[in-house]
Amino acid sequence: MKLHEYQSKTIFSKYGIPIPKGRVAATAQEAKQIAEELGGRVVVKSQVLVGGRGKAGGVKLAKDPAEAEQLATQILGMDIKGLPVRKVLVDEASAIDQEIYFAITDDRSAKKPVMIASAAGGIDIEEVAAKTPEKIVKVHIDPLLGLREYQARDVAVAIDLPRDYWKDFVKIAMGLWNVYQNTDASLAEINPLVITKEKKLIALDGKMMIDDNALFRHPDLAEMRDTDEDAPSEVEARKYGLSFIKLEGNIGCMVNGAGLAMTSMDVIKLFGGEPANFLDVGGGASSEKVAAAMRIILTDPSVKAILFNIFGGITRCDEVARGILVAMDEVKPKVPMVVRLVGTNAEEGRRLLENAKMITAETLADAAKKSVEAAKKGK
Amino acid sequence: MSILVDKNTRLIVQGITGNEGLFHTTQMVAYGTNVVGGVTPGKGGEWVLEGKLPVFDSVKMAKEATDANATIIFVPARFAPDAMFEAADAGVPLIVCITEGVPVQDMMRVRNYLDQKKVRLIGPNCPGLLTPGEAKVGIIPGDIAISGNVGVVSRSGTLTYEVLYAMKNLGMGASTCVGIGGDPINGTNFLDVLDMFEHDPKTEKVILIGEIGGNEEERAADYIAAKMTKPVAAFIAGQTAPPGKRMGHAGAIIEGGAGTAADKVRALEAAGVKVAKHPEEIPTLLQ
Repeated sequence: MKLHEYQSKTIFSKYGIPIPKGRVAATAQEAKQIAEELGGRVVVKSQVLVGGRGKAGGVKLAKDPAEAEQLATQILGMDIKGLPVRKVLVDEASAIDQEIYFAITDDRSAKKPVMIASAAGGIDIEEVAAKTPEKIVKVHIDPLLGLREYQARDVAVAIDLPRDYWKDFVKIAMGLWNVYQNTDASLAEINPLVITKEKKLIALDGKMMIDDNALFRHPDLAEMRDTDEDAPSEVEARKYGLSFIKLEGNIGCMVNGAGLAMTSMDVIKLFGGEPANFLDVGGGASSEKVAAAMRIILTDPSVKAILFNIFGGITRCDEVARGILVAMDEVKPKVPMVVRLVGTNAEEGRRLLENAKMITAETLADAAKKSVEAAKKGK
Repeated sequence: MSILVDKNTRLIVQGITGNEGLFHTTQMVAYGTNVVGGVTPGKGGEWVLEGKLPVFDSVKMAKEATDANATIIFVPARFAPDAMFEAADAGVPLIVCITEGVPVQDMMRVRNYLDQKKVRLIGPNCPGLLTPGEAKVGIIPGDIAISGNVGVVSRSGTLTYEVLYAMKNLGMGASTCVGIGGDPINGTNFLDVLDMFEHDPKTEKVILIGEIGGNEEERAADYIAAKMTKPVAAFIAGQTAPPGKRMGHAGAIIEGGAGTAADKVRALEAAGVKVAKHPEEIPTLLQ
């Protein structure tokens, strides 16, 4: 789950990382008021969960409250990479001497957290990594020991940070480590961390990603979720604990297991069809969950056929069949449905669906072919 | 021979009195796995499966009483890290964790601790291990696989069943099937398992089932090219997956163009691996 800049910076601030004075606004009126309170020049920054806001014109400098209001009006009406701007952050403007990149993230291969820093901050760090990898410093953190201050000092030395700033930098690094650890972040990034003309270190921009699997112990963070970038059907699916992603095709898919669900999409495509979604009903799916999944698939008007591919293990095929029957009774689908049941209680499941007028298939390839044909006829 | 588990495995089940734990213990015992007991804190002294299996309060007590050499974990995600630490601390050399949804930072701590203790972990978020005819340590349905000379290693669950089933339909058997799990941080990776298969006399061929995300398949390809003498066939799930979206498995996410199916297929083919177009085709590539 991604957090907005304003949310990330509020969290940073709680952990002792200096951030610019400022607040978030949902209207131009509010933006003007915040600018009045701050006095002087302000930056009006669109709050959307994509990169490249600056290049898209979503970050602007205002010299006075009137201009802040005018810019906020403009930015609040924008779409950035398809996402509507619903909020702007109004921050006091800083006079910048140097921009630094600093982040803590997961290193999957090393199986440890890693600090990443660069004196070439403020710009796209992937680009720095690709073009001038020598400008990037990486220091791994032992997850059992936590970040130690000497490691933060090592980073300061490696990015040529003048000695006068080491103490503040170490404080910021320890703060960011605590942010990363206490929020179960997969990324806690400050870009840029700036040295101001007043010789202060400030986190000008912030970005965080939280591990979805850890949200059970962070209900406060779970509430911060912005569902703007998710399709409504994905939000609905999340309520039922279903893993669902909407795609562009016309063959709805319901499969148990993520790997098999991805594979079913691949095989549909291999036989000339286009999947309408990714849907993993999960292990041990109940009939209620299956019914919810079917309702969600059928709310998509482009769906011309549905493929059910269930390989029973923990999931029992008869339970899935019952769910399908419940949903059919309720939704009365008009599209053809292809069903393949294998594994635990498959025979019982097939018997239950005997009268449901579904197309049956023995193998995955066969099921995919039949659903592609059915979708073509359904057009 | 086989790898990791066989008829000499003495297994305990952590979370044996829970719904899933009890269900799968019954299945594993029915398959012939040598389950010697279980652990549920607070239920020590009880018995399950009609008085056949003793329940202990801790892994340490279970190990002392039964001399277990492997454990399988069926506890919810919030308790799973503690269960893994406990098993490692008690000196159980092989841990299989079925639990899905363990937070990444917990897994980093677990993995670093287990490495210090030299304990082998399979999973989490995996279907476990199956050595057909000898031991089932996990949730893979026992009747979909027969014993044979093909080693199977996979990041997926039900997709693995699909492949085992297709193998059985062709009369092809497995030496051992290893589900390494779909999480970004796991205990055992492709490389570890390929190395075990390469050195296992019973395994003559290998099937690798990968998916999008991470670079484990690419690293496996490097190993195959450099070290493996046995033929390998593969399948990569997620060829049609859109980037940036998490496809159920926490590991199956493509970030910034790295870890795409096309990259993995290319790397494997360059290493001489035959890559199937769909899972039912894999066994035919090894015939």
